Amino acid sequence: MSQVLFFIAAIGAIGGAFGVVILRNPFYSVLALVVHLISLAALFLLLRAEFVAAAQVIVYAGAVMVLYVFVVAYVGSGEELAGGSALRILGPIFALALAIELCIAILGSALKGISGKGAPYLLGFGTPAHIGRLFLTRYLFPFEVASLLLMVAAIGAVVLARRRRGLEGPDEQFEERISAPRPAYTGTLAEAAGTRAAESAAPEPDAEPVTTGAPNPDQGGW
Amino acid sequence: MAIGWYLTVSALIFCIGAAGVLTRRNPLVILLCLELMLNAANLSLIAFSRMWGREDGQVFALIVMVVAACEVTVGLGLIVAIYRRQLPIDVDELNELQG
Repeated sequence: MSQVLFFIAAIGAIGGAFGVVILRNPFYSVLALVVHLISLAALFLLLRAEFVAAAQVIVYAGAVMVLYVFVVAYVGSGEELAGGSALRILGPIFALALAIELCIAILGSALKGISGKGAPYLLGFGTPAHIGRLFLTRYLFPFEVASLLLMVAAIGAVVLARRRRGLEGPDEQFEERISAPRPAYTGTLAEAAGTRAAESAAPEPDAEPVTTGAPNPDQGGW
Repeated sequence: MAIGWYLTVSALIFCIGAAGVLTRRNPLVILLCLELMLNAANLSLIAFSRMWGREDGQVFALIVMVVAACEVTVGLGLIVAIYRRQLPIDVDELNELQG
């Protein structure tokens, strides 16, 4: 039974990996990666790593992939053209050579540990209790460093993806809308902050709600 | 199943991911292929943890997942920034830093 499950999960994992590389549309690549991750979680379960399998499904297939799907939907999934660079031809050959070499190294080593089924199963192996105890005792420092790394990455992503002022040209319509003369007490933030207090205290002879500057192109320009 | 089978699957996934990083041009797909390679490393870590009967390998695998999540956040932030600047999303075109 475990062998059948292993082969199903392994075929799913390798097929999903092939799908990520081969499919032209990035959106389908992301979906293939979801298949790959879930099959990999099944392999983790076969290796008695319950907590890692659950974290894989929840964190990876659940959260990270949603992030990917959002970015693919935002950027747009452009079909990429087939390139003619030398690396495009040499890359798969390198990868094939690496695969053959690794398989020879693994299968030809004849180590007892690799050809065996692993250590005898103890009750509670791989449960959240054991992993949590390891994290809070022996691996406390890596745990804290990981949390710091997550915070740095979150701040870095916000800094990278935010809309910068200054790199793009100034938005003239936006500036005009802010600085246009406006009757007093029509509820701008500048009034609330008190920066336009002197202006609004002065009596305005023409308190028309229409701006006196250039006609707003959004309103038809009459 | 013997541990060697899991290691073989892990080696194959790693090589597929490496081929994808070398071949594809969309940075989004290159990030996905990096995920494949990290997951292959995770699988072999967990296989070794099963081999020794100790959970240290699973702790390493969880840390690798944290690092992968950080890499995804920063990478996707970079891609969104590239898109905002209206540059082509193609690693062959983005070669201004090339020596």
